[in-house]
Amino acid sequence: MIELHNVTKTYANGTKGLDNINLKFKEGEFIAVVGLSGAGKSTLLRSINRLHDISEGEILINGSSITKAQGKRLRMIRRDIGMIFQSFNLVKRSSVLRNVLAGRVGYHSTMRTILGRFPKEDIELAFGALDRVNISEKAYSRADQLSGGQQQRVAIARVLAQEAKIILADEPVASLDPLTTKQVMDDLKRINQELGITTIVNLHFIDLAREYATRIVGLRAGEVVFDGPVEEATDDRFAEIYGRPILADELLDKQAVHEQGEVVV
Amino acid sequence: MMKNETSRIRPKPRKNPLRWVIVLLLILVYVWALAGVPFTGFKETAGQIMKAIVAGIFSPDWAFVYLPEGEDLLRGLLDTLAISVLGTVISAVLCIPFAFWSARNMSGHRSISGAGKMVLSFIRTFPEIIMALLFIKAVGPGSFAGVLALGLHSIGMLGKLYADEVENIDYGPSEALLASGANRMQQLWFAILPQVMPGFLNYTLYRFEINVRSATILGVIGAGGIGTPLIFALSTRNWPRVGIILLGIIVMITIIDLISGYIRKKLV
Amino acid sequence: MKGQSNVPLQNAGGVGKEPGSSPAQVVNRPKPPGRTKHLLTLVIILLLLWASAKQTDASFTELFEGFPNMLDLLREMFPPRWSYFDNIVQGMLETIRMALIGTTIGAIIAIPISIICAGNLMPSRWIYYPARFLLNLIRTVPDLLLAALFVAVFGLGPIPGILALAVFSVGLIAKLTYETLETIDQGPLEAMTAVGMNRIQLIVYGVVPQLAAQFTSYVLYAFEINIRAAAILGLVGAGGIGLYYEATLGFLEYDKTSVIILFTLVIVLIIDYVSTKLREKLL
Repeated sequence: MIELHNVTKTYANGTKGLDNINLKFKEGEFIAVVGLSGAGKSTLLRSINRLHDISEGEILINGSSITKAQGKRLRMIRRDIGMIFQSFNLVKRSSVLRNVLAGRVGYHSTMRTILGRFPKEDIELAFGALDRVNISEKAYSRADQLSGGQQQRVAIARVLAQEAKIILADEPVASLDPLTTKQVMDDLKRINQELGITTIVNLHFIDLAREYATRIVGLRAGEVVFDGPVEEATDDRFAEIYGRPILADELLDKQAVHEQGEVVV
Repeated sequence: MMKNETSRIRPKPRKNPLRWVIVLLLILVYVWALAGVPFTGFKETAGQIMKAIVAGIFSPDWAFVYLPEGEDLLRGLLDTLAISVLGTVISAVLCIPFAFWSARNMSGHRSISGAGKMVLSFIRTFPEIIMALLFIKAVGPGSFAGVLALGLHSIGMLGKLYADEVENIDYGPSEALLASGANRMQQLWFAILPQVMPGFLNYTLYRFEINVRSATILGVIGAGGIGTPLIFALSTRNWPRVGIILLGIIVMITIIDLISGYIRKKLV
Repeated sequence: MKGQSNVPLQNAGGVGKEPGSSPAQVVNRPKPPGRTKHLLTLVIILLLLWASAKQTDASFTELFEGFPNMLDLLREMFPPRWSYFDNIVQGMLETIRMALIGTTIGAIIAIPISIICAGNLMPSRWIYYPARFLLNLIRTVPDLLLAALFVAVFGLGPIPGILALAVFSVGLIAKLTYETLETIDQGPLEAMTAVGMNRIQLIVYGVVPQLAAQFTSYVLYAFEINIRAAAILGLVGAGGIGLYYEATLGFLEYDKTSVIILFTLVIVLIIDYVSTKLREKLL
């Protein structure tokens, strides 16, 4: 359960990255955050695990305030949150397995991890995670030898190995081709349903948001302008979120453009 | 109203006065430089000596390559090699903390990394030979002084290269680790070090190639290696011996360069 | 697929050392890569280190024992005898002159040599391979050695130093230049050949403009290195401020030595700074 209370982020030059955000995310939800570039999607996500600090307000993760946490407490809260990035953020020269095991690092002491003494259970967890995204045959390959889609799956495996209860995905498919995009989104959805992990995804493509999410949060200039189940997210509501009618390249499946007719190309 | 003439109107190129000032300055500098060099003509013996040297180089003292009592070419070269290996490895390990100290993106405040850079700069500009001389005062003449001098000087050179490497890393992986609850040390070990290691190794090998060359000279002032028999042979005008030593040095350096180049290619 | 096995996980490769005895997984898990290559490398490196340490009589006890000597030395070096400055100004100026002239001569000679070494400008492999080989040969001889040799031939003074620096500069500048030559844009060259220019014209009109900035940058770099070298060549009698090291150290006048060192440092830093700024402007 994630709670954001009156969260505001003001930058040095006065602009508000986030403006008085109040949100509650329940366990097991699959939420898509949408909005124009610069609307604050990334800032919102990164505030949840405090990669960005907020200026006002408080964020609670399962009852604990991450805003007030420091040191070990902060790391322990972060341990429960997994993050997936647009640029995958794998260690390119390390093996896939090592990258996935890096997700376990928060569970052990510094000494132990540096010596590389990951316990048997961790290795099993890592392989289990790799199995779940169907990429265990590449366990010993170097991460940079994999395709973009494969790398993102490894990133998902890393988050699974971390035994995260929440997954934050910051534009996870923006660098991928349409087919791989569907594969990765399918993986995320499946994990959300099979393991009940709360998943919050920043998305650029509207049809993806509608297809995979159960709930959609729309941001505009740092404010929440839409928060509701996916059924309510019609094209009109989206136009509100964006402040203008939606464009063709905000749809992954361009086929839909022709069928809808009223979309501006 | 357009003119009927077909003359092209060309804008006058602006002459850059600064350029002429620089050229003038350069000329002055060179005149000063050349004036200060006492060119008293070559010694009459110069030609003779050159002939002798060339003769010596082309009929080197092969016997010197291996002498059972020791103090021969092979041992000298081995000494030199040992000095470079030890010196380079020591510096490669010790300069890592300096590198992270100097890297702008690793130290808290710019003044901290600035201080680190200055320390490295100082070590770098301090002439190796002089360091060797000083170390000889401390641990006595011999190879060990050479190792220390080489090692210390290399910390300065490698430290800067390493720091550059660290400043150029991709922050993504370490951000991912931070997000998953890792502490600074773990971030360093899992995300940062794997990124900079290949670069570090590359620079270390590059530095090793240079150090082998420096090590050959250290003997000139008594810090071990092949330099000592060389300077001795030079001062006693033993040209065939100078020849064989030069030959040995060239062969050794060429082989080292080849091996090192090969390894560096494999690293990438 | 190669490398896979249906056997339970044995060893987890680069991480974790416990052999796995997990229940039989009927999943295709790849075999962890062999570690013999890494182990072998490690063994070789350790062997090299140990052998080197033996050979050089490296001993840390000696270092600790010698530490007080070093501190003594440092104490004698400070405070520097600033009055000595006047004696060595001439020497320093000579050093700068040597570096200047040596680098310039080297740069001039390096131009034709780098052209000869460039694979894309020379018609035949038989020209540029041997040329490069000879160049590498020159580069293996350290500058102090060259200086010592030249002193034997030409006597003491700055001339052998200048020659040694010139030879060294040729080696350095020519190598950097010919490597850059090989990466130049072929387009303009092709256009010029099509127009009918011969090789020399090609070089003057097609190559030189592209390279001028880079070349100057290399010359400046060589100058930076040479100013450091020139400060030491005096040790073998080849002129410059290095001569005074011998004198001061021989007489155990370490406070004078530190003046030499500091003076050298300042000059080198200034030249480095100016040179770096100039090089930035060029590129």
